Amino acid sequence: MATTSTGDIEKTKSVEVKKKLNVLIVDDDPVIRKLHEIIIKSIGGISQTAKNGEEAVNIHRDGNASFDLILMDKEMPERDGLSATKKLREMKVTSMIIGVTTLADNEEERKAFMEAGLNHCLAKPLSKAKILPLINNLMDA
Amino acid sequence: MDAHVAQLQMQYRNYILSLYQQGFLDDQFTELKSLQDDGSPDFVAEVLSLFFDDCVKLVGNMARALDQTGTVDFCQVGANVHQLKGSSSSVGAKRVKGLCINFKELCEAKNYEGCVRCLQQVDVEYKTLKAKLQDMFNLEKQIVQAGGIVPQVDIN
Repeated sequence: MATTSTGDIEKTKSVEVKKKLNVLIVDDDPVIRKLHEIIIKSIGGISQTAKNGEEAVNIHRDGNASFDLILMDKEMPERDGLSATKKLREMKVTSMIIGVTTLADNEEERKAFMEAGLNHCLAKPLSKAKILPLINNLMDA
Repeated sequence: MDAHVAQLQMQYRNYILSLYQQGFLDDQFTELKSLQDDGSPDFVAEVLSLFFDDCVKLVGNMARALDQTGTVDFCQVGANVHQLKGSSSSVGAKRVKGLCINFKELCEAKNYEGCVRCLQQVDVEYKTLKAKLQDMFNLEKQIVQAGGIVPQVDIN
């Protein structure tokens, strides 16, 4: 316990632990994984990464994974974002899933990705400004 | 010492501005810099290191795919171009990204000579950017060693 300058013993304050946003970043590109990790860290969150959709699904197989948010890249080897999102929803994963697409993706492709079970879709490159409004809504919910 | 620091800081500002003006960098690089703080002091250098490792790997993949004596797998080349476009876009490497956009179109058109030329340009461009950013980091180091603070540069 800390002491004040007068020597009085300060009562220990009870500290309320604020829940940190827990995010799974799914992308086959290490540059983008790193960038998204830092964006999440800069807004006070913590993150885990997966190199592709198959890894993301495997992380959830034992039923103990609990992420507030999943950032899901669309095009990845082994299992792409669309397939991974469908599978996670079949597994009753209720995390918010934000699909991360490129500007080259057309409307049909984005629509198909959304219909796989996304909550939102954002175009690369991600930034704090793009993601913060969605996360604020998630934390308020 | 103050005059020396001020001179280095001015040199740094002018150098950064020139990188944007000459099209080497775009706003995404500004975003990257804004994410660097006391908690992640080497973040920009780490991300750029990953990016340049990516460039070496992907350019190598593309070169091998284009070097086939039989039929070239333009889908394979295109997949690597797509990945390089994504990572260059994420770090603000504007010229590299621009070349990747052209390169993707050449892959879709199965234009072999065009692809080979574009690959050579990509190779030159990422190496040029790497050298320029190394100079930027060297200037930052000189400023800090001279007792100064690396200035934030307003590119607008």
